[in-house]
Amino acid sequence: MPLPPLDSTRWQSPVRAFAWGVSAVTSTVLALVLFATYLGIGALAHDSHFSLLWALLSTLLIWAGPAQIILISTLGSGATVLQAAVAVTLSAIRLFPMVVSVLPLLRTPQTKRRHLVLATHFIAVTLWVECYRLLPQVPRERRIAFVHGLGCGLVLVCLTATALGYGLAANLPQLFAAAILLLTPLAFLLSTARNSKQLSDILALVLGLALYPVVAAFNTGVDILISGVAAGTVAYGAHWWRKRA
Amino acid sequence: MSGFVGDWHALLILVVAGFLPNEVWRMVGLWFGGGVDEGSEVLVWVRAVATAILAGVIAQILVQPPGALASVPDWLRHGAVAAGVVVFLATKRSIFAGVLCGEIVMVAGKWWLG
Repeated sequence: MPLPPLDSTRWQSPVRAFAWGVSAVTSTVLALVLFATYLGIGALAHDSHFSLLWALLSTLLIWAGPAQIILISTLGSGATVLQAAVAVTLSAIRLFPMVVSVLPLLRTPQTKRRHLVLATHFIAVTLWVECYRLLPQVPRERRIAFVHGLGCGLVLVCLTATALGYGLAANLPQLFAAAILLLTPLAFLLSTARNSKQLSDILALVLGLALYPVVAAFNTGVDILISGVAAGTVAYGAHWWRKRA
Repeated sequence: MSGFVGDWHALLILVVAGFLPNEVWRMVGLWFGGGVDEGSEVLVWVRAVATAILAGVIAQILVQPPGALASVPDWLRHGAVAAGVVVFLATKRSIFAGVLCGEIVMVAGKWWLG
């Protein structure tokens, strides 16, 4: 469904702007990827022995797929709460530049910080990408309402997928349950590869994949952190060195 | 309802180790983000480390698979992901085609093995 033109009177009501935001969910192929990803997260939560409420709250409150699988798989493989929290915190730093780059698109001179709190919570990689694509077609004074709608729509899609994945993992034959669990590494690997534009990002992805099995052989308990920080730093080093040369 | 809710301890851990670390970084962006340059070197490093941590978790799921995924032999799991990556690259980076191909390879392989 195409959005109305910028000067249309249909943008006058914030409620309608919210509704346009919700319906924009159907216009993006990323919603399909997100649905597959959260099917996988629901299944992963089930097979790591978390409750359905836990899985749904993780989607609603964390609202960042990578952080959710890091939390589920570290806790599920016996890491301490502190180790899991450190790994999640490091992965969550990447939300900071996203927030910094999206908020100027939403602000008007009259906007107060508290008006942006909910929109800020919704910011994660999908919303970040979609804001760049869609917000130029939305009048500035309706953008917060639009993003609230888009965020609610995406959260609803993901909550549905989480519950469905959880239920399927519990009830399907082993072959199909395995297929749903495989969605997580596949979808994350490919969507991260797609979002990797710079040399440092691509290197970090490849080195991170290669280094983890090596570090895991030492069973340090903080394998993910060691391999992640090491691979990321080497990748950054390569970027720095190439820029200097 | 205890099956739906699970134990309260796990929900507390969700808030402390999952919700707060993410929300804090979002709110830091909201409060102090005005002066940070999006292309700064620190953020390049941050993104590289975040990407590598996620890559490590992907590797962890493949190397030490949870639940039902452990019933699939190692070579088939890795082969399915490799096939997905090849198709992804061959189709001008279509996530959909890559995921679909990886899934088909794994399901067909497992079915063929019986």
